[in-house]
Amino acid sequence: MTFNPNKHRLVPKHSKLSDKEKAKLLEDYGITVKELPKILINDVALEGLDANEADIIKVTRHSITAGETVYYRSVING
Amino acid sequence: MEGQEHIHKKVSSIVFGVISPKRMVDSAAAKVVTPELYDKEGYPVDGGLMDIRLGVIDPGLRCKTCGGKLKECPGHFGYISLARPVIHINFVRQILDLLKSSCRFCGRVLIPDDKINKYVGMLDKVTAEEGLEARRKKVKALVAKFKIKDKCPHCNKKQENFKLEKPYTYHEGENKLSPIEVRARLEKIPDDDLVVFGFNAIAIRPEWMVLTVLPIPPVTLRPSITLESGERSEDDLTHKLGDVVRINQRLFENINAGAPEIIIEDLWDLLQYHATSYFNNSVPQIPPARHRGGQVLKTLTERIKSKEGRIRHNLAGKRTNFSARTVISPDPMIQLNEVGVPMVMATNLTVPERITEGNMEYFKKFIENGPKKYPGANYVIRPDGRRKTITEETKEEILEELAPGFVVERHLIDGDVALFNRQPSLHRMSMMCHQVKVLPGKTLRLNPAVCHPYNADFDGDEMNLHIPQTEEARAEAEILMLVQTQLISPRYGLSVVGCIHDSITGNYLLTKELVLTRIEAIDLLFACGINEFSRLPKRDKVTGREVFSVILPKDFNFIGKDKSGNEVKIVNGELKSGYMDKSNLGQESGLLLRNIFEKYGPKRTSDFVDFSSKLGIHVLAKRGFSVGLGDLDLPEEISSKIKAAIDNSLAQVKKFIEDYHEGKLEALPGRGLEETLELKILEVLNRARNEGGNLAMTEAKESGILTMANSGARGNILNIAQMGALVGQQALRGNRISHGFIGRTMSYFKKGDIGTRARGFIGNSFRSGLDPAEFFFGAMTGRDALMDTALRTPKSGYLYRRLSNAMQDLKVEYDGTVRDASGKIVQFSYGEDGLDVTKTENGIIDVKKIIQTIG
Repeated sequence: MTFNPNKHRLVPKHSKLSDKEKAKLLEDYGITVKELPKILINDVALEGLDANEADIIKVTRHSITAGETVYYRSVING
Repeated sequence: MEGQEHIHKKVSSIVFGVISPKRMVDSAAAKVVTPELYDKEGYPVDGGLMDIRLGVIDPGLRCKTCGGKLKECPGHFGYISLARPVIHINFVRQILDLLKSSCRFCGRVLIPDDKINKYVGMLDKVTAEEGLEARRKKVKALVAKFKIKDKCPHCNKKQENFKLEKPYTYHEGENKLSPIEVRARLEKIPDDDLVVFGFNAIAIRPEWMVLTVLPIPPVTLRPSITLESGERSEDDLTHKLGDVVRINQRLFENINAGAPEIIIEDLWDLLQYHATSYFNNSVPQIPPARHRGGQVLKTLTERIKSKEGRIRHNLAGKRTNFSARTVISPDPMIQLNEVGVPMVMATNLTVPERITEGNMEYFKKFIENGPKKYPGANYVIRPDGRRKTITEETKEEILEELAPGFVVERHLIDGDVALFNRQPSLHRMSMMCHQVKVLPGKTLRLNPAVCHPYNADFDGDEMNLHIPQTEEARAEAEILMLVQTQLISPRYGLSVVGCIHDSITGNYLLTKELVLTRIEAIDLLFACGINEFSRLPKRDKVTGREVFSVILPKDFNFIGKDKSGNEVKIVNGELKSGYMDKSNLGQESGLLLRNIFEKYGPKRTSDFVDFSSKLGIHVLAKRGFSVGLGDLDLPEEISSKIKAAIDNSLAQVKKFIEDYHEGKLEALPGRGLEETLELKILEVLNRARNEGGNLAMTEAKESGILTMANSGARGNILNIAQMGALVGQQALRGNRISHGFIGRTMSYFKKGDIGTRARGFIGNSFRSGLDPAEFFFGAMTGRDALMDTALRTPKSGYLYRRLSNAMQDLKVEYDGTVRDASGKIVQFSYGEDGLDVTKTENGIIDVKKIIQTIG
């Protein structure tokens, strides 16, 4: 690959939640995967994460108001 | 209701379709056969359009279908059976599509059997993305593709080309198709093929789009009005339906009498016209049906459509009762949370009060006063729900029968709650709850300090007032919407109200330089509504700070900065140092108001704003304050210094230009020669203005204008510099002015002159006066600024509207997440930091300070 956008400083860190983490997250918020924000399976940021549909991606972002925040997205197949 | 079981059902799906002739007839309460409406006695004719089986609109009559009286009977549909079918104008397009895409003999869709299945999937996708119209267009395209041989792929018979002659006549090749033939064609299309067109055969059979029966809406939908003369005036719909029935009857008679074909054709056409204009009287190509006076009839489509139609006028734009609107004007003497209501409004707007034994005597006085004398009452509602108007004549009788349980609609009195609103309501602070204060005059009055949250001024603005009518509504308004509770903005966590203009100037002067006698001080404070002077030092002379301290809460501690950067220190409710200016008293600025709100709550804060703004105004009234041309007088030496500074800059610019012409100017990195020159010139000229401004400021004597700028009440340093020293370079889009003629801005200059004067530098001040060229440059930038605001306001308004509409039902849940109406998560923590801005100081939580206050 010529350019890896995930290494760019403006691209927040994406990581995949394990099954256990996923179950805990859904339990904590009292939701199903459907209520989560979505990310397309062919999103470049998911490259190398081996993400499948209904997996949850944790996005760790820089935030102006809170320093660092986490955001969760469920993987969907367009 | 008793003993009845409530059945709850859930709607699982809704099917939209076209009503079939059979259902029209089955659900009809009457068949209409005669265009006559009433008989000689004025009684509705049986089988007429006002048949009492269709519902009743006359008091006293009973509906023959349901037995209900006026207002009980919802009305019932009837029908006319048409002598000849007519095309429904709203389905003309769909019928044409169907005709074009189906075989004229076997009715099948003109796509070979083996291909149909293949394309249905593709069609479904088109439907999902673009809708049914697109699907039918696609079918037509497919048919065109397979029709190369002009033959039906199923029965191999030759097809003709269809054409629509607007508005509702179909031609096949050269022949005109009558609605009967059209209907026959549509009947032939098999249910299975309808799926291809996106029709659900159960809900829509295409032949239903050609009417054989016309439903008659209930009379309650088209009530007639009885004029004062006793004459009846029928609704437009009744008129139109009368036309349809009349022609229909004539057509029947002519057919039965075996009249010549031409006459029947003519009548049929007329029937088609009337049926069409009954549905839609603004179809292009056909003349709209009119009243005798020439006024166009409002038929079904016009009732629903457009701004005056049912949807935008009656459903989306309902009007409220118990509300008022007029011009607003300021009244600094009423409280922050009051609204001045003119007497005429107070006697027209009412509040319902339930009579009890305890308050009966009190409300009897209102009734005695009647609707004219204030404070009176306009109506009495008896326990049986009957409403009685109070007049001179009925007064006695009402007073007689008044008993607990009655409701009196009394005039507004001081202290009633009202919602006050100014459009556009972009904020929650655009609609706040105020207490009514009835005042003479004809405008609504508000305290100038609440102008800011409403974004109101007094150049002709109007505002709306609503009077809540129930206890719940009043409680809700008072608890949630009272002005005091809205002081801290949810946008930035500071107070949205504060002192303005003169109030700031007054407080600034008071805390900066005034020394008063004790008597003067008490006088001043009493004028602001304070009658507790024990906190005023018991000396003959008191300082302004000590006077101001009286309105501060007793145990208040505060450390902040004033506008010029000095420390403002308040210890135990005493102002120790610093001046009270815009950065502490002003709206949207400073933590003083924010901290008082946090510690002492809404009421105390609004009182403080009230006291301080009144104090400021009274200080100015006592001390005297004015501005004038003399404020801009500069000592001789200063004006010559300013002139020298300007001349110096002009000389520098001249040098740059000379260098440029001689090619000695060196370009800045990344810039061209011309750009460099422009940049350098701009920089020098801007410096000239700043220098001039600073000179004017530093050496200027104490003046009203300076006081206003320093306290932040109005105006700034730049304004003073422009008035007293020089106006400075005029710029359009960041560049010196270069528009106008070729190579010059005005014919007054030489071509190619890029000197200061030719490019919009104004070396004069507003006080010394501008010369014509300078004035014109000033007008150019002034016009540009005006255009800019005039164009930007609607644009940004629309952007904001889209944003607020998109986010209107997002909500912060108890777990801190932001979710939409369906529970989907939008943010995992509100604002990513989970802070409630109204509970922060300018968006920040000062943990250190909190610890200090606790410890």
